[in-house]
Amino acid sequence: MKKIRQCLREHSVPLALLAPAVIIILLVVLLPLIFSFYTSFTNYRLIKPETLWQWIGLRNYQRIMGDWAFWVAFGRTVLFLTIALNLEMLLGLGLALLVNRITWGQRVMRTIMMFPMMFSPILVGFQFKYMFNDTIGVVNNALQSLGLTHEAIPFLVDRWLAFFSISIAEIWMSTSIFAILILAGLFAMPRDPIEAARVDGCNNWQVFRHITLPFLMPFIYIAMTIRSLDVARAYDVVDVMTGGGPAGRTELLWTLIARTAYDDARMGRANAMAYVSILLSIFFTWFFFRKLMQARKHLGAF
Amino acid sequence: MSKRTKDVIIWFVTFFIMLIICLPGLWIILSAFRPNGEILTKPAIWIPQNLSLDNFRAIFGMGDNVVAIPVGSYFRNSLVISTTSTFLAIVIGMSGGYAFARFQFPGKASAFLWIMLSRTVPGIALSLPLFIIWSRLGLIDTPFGVILVYTAINVPFTVWLIEGFFRQVPHELSEAAQIDGCTRWQAFWKIEFPLAKSGVVSAGIFAFLTSWNEYALASQLTRSTDSKTLPAGLMDFTAQFTIDWAGMCAMAVIIIIPALILTFLVQKHLIAGLTFGGVKG
Repeated sequence: MKKIRQCLREHSVPLALLAPAVIIILLVVLLPLIFSFYTSFTNYRLIKPETLWQWIGLRNYQRIMGDWAFWVAFGRTVLFLTIALNLEMLLGLGLALLVNRITWGQRVMRTIMMFPMMFSPILVGFQFKYMFNDTIGVVNNALQSLGLTHEAIPFLVDRWLAFFSISIAEIWMSTSIFAILILAGLFAMPRDPIEAARVDGCNNWQVFRHITLPFLMPFIYIAMTIRSLDVARAYDVVDVMTGGGPAGRTELLWTLIARTAYDDARMGRANAMAYVSILLSIFFTWFFFRKLMQARKHLGAF
Repeated sequence: MSKRTKDVIIWFVTFFIMLIICLPGLWIILSAFRPNGEILTKPAIWIPQNLSLDNFRAIFGMGDNVVAIPVGSYFRNSLVISTTSTFLAIVIGMSGGYAFARFQFPGKASAFLWIMLSRTVPGIALSLPLFIIWSRLGLIDTPFGVILVYTAINVPFTVWLIEGFFRQVPHELSEAAQIDGCTRWQAFWKIEFPLAKSGVVSAGIFAFLTSWNEYALASQLTRSTDSKTLPAGLMDFTAQFTIDWAGMCAMAVIIIIPALILTFLVQKHLIAGLTFGGVKG
């Protein structure tokens, strides 16, 4: 006890400075999360307040483990994230390499490249809902005007087309984050190793594969880590575009949580699902953060 | 192929790709100035016939046809909530970031990690307990309730960014000022703060844009004109049987304009802020 008090006295200034940040996160994030952890063990329904005290143990978790719809949504979310993150990374890399090559008007190009970053996820969702709409959407209109198809293509209705459409929206929204971070890596890159490799007779591909890419890896993983902090932004996009529908065809973990909690009013079960989604987010962040550390160590070894 | 022609080809390829990236956004902006009738016509009208500000007049309740959605109040709510929560997140972030950058204390590394981890919680997952607690406390559908939440979700990021910028300011500067008779408080405001200002600015912009664009929490924690923000209000247009596409486009433009202006004004800081972690290695 005495030790703690002494420690507090010694470090009173930094602790006081840190206090507001800790308190607000404690109040608005941690305490609610502890509360929701508790409710995930109850049969809590919004319409029946007294059910908050109905302890049912692990039954919510058992229920979702055996729930086929939940696992489909979970699998779709993981597939969606894997496809989206990888394509965003590849497209961002390509874009950054292109912009890096330009000498004339590079600043303007860089500004244009950031255009999608100014759009909020909800706007991105709306924008692609509008474009992919089967009666008035610009994509269908263009295909019909060009005579490529007579029937309207149901972009947001068909199972795989809808998945494709939400992926396009997500990729459009986030590719520029990768492009900008990778571009920063290209700017920070030392010239000497490349020139040395050229003198030694490496071709373009070899230079890229063995010098540029290893140097860029930490930047790519930083982008991945930053992105996986807010992968759940995809909820906004999908909620506007399809709402998880039609008939659950684009249901992601997050839209399923929202439906279970607010439409079916099953708060207890939704909280159990929410914990799975939190673990998923933490897993993605942790995974890329570890990769980042490895890539840095690897780079340091040279 | 000479190097020059190759450069020209690369330039045009890049330009073309940028055009494709911009088209979806530009299409929305163009549609905001077209009447609903023209958007709905089949076969599609490609060249806009009559562009006007009618859609904007309609959603703000002026002109001939009026949309029954109080976009004006939503705009005011968004502005109040975003600026207040940004201001709070900056003050808290400066205080916390300075503590991390300048002091040694036990549990520093793990404290930092835990603050960062709080950001990984998906908004929709956080909305469930907040919805229950806020309704018990009477904070549902109040600007204060939303401000509190937005401040908390912005703090990890502002702490992280501002910490990095303070660390770049050599601590000898502040020590020298203190030897010359400044108090630590004066040294902070006269020496360290001006040098780290760009970091504070970029953290502020990030916080503002996050609050301005947030949807998952706002859609559950707000109800009426008392606190509903623009992103949550955008969904009002789809609640009816027919979607008012032109109105939605106009509202989308209203949401995007402040973000656009802010981003262009402070682009340099934005890139500095985003690439910060990377450049430092």
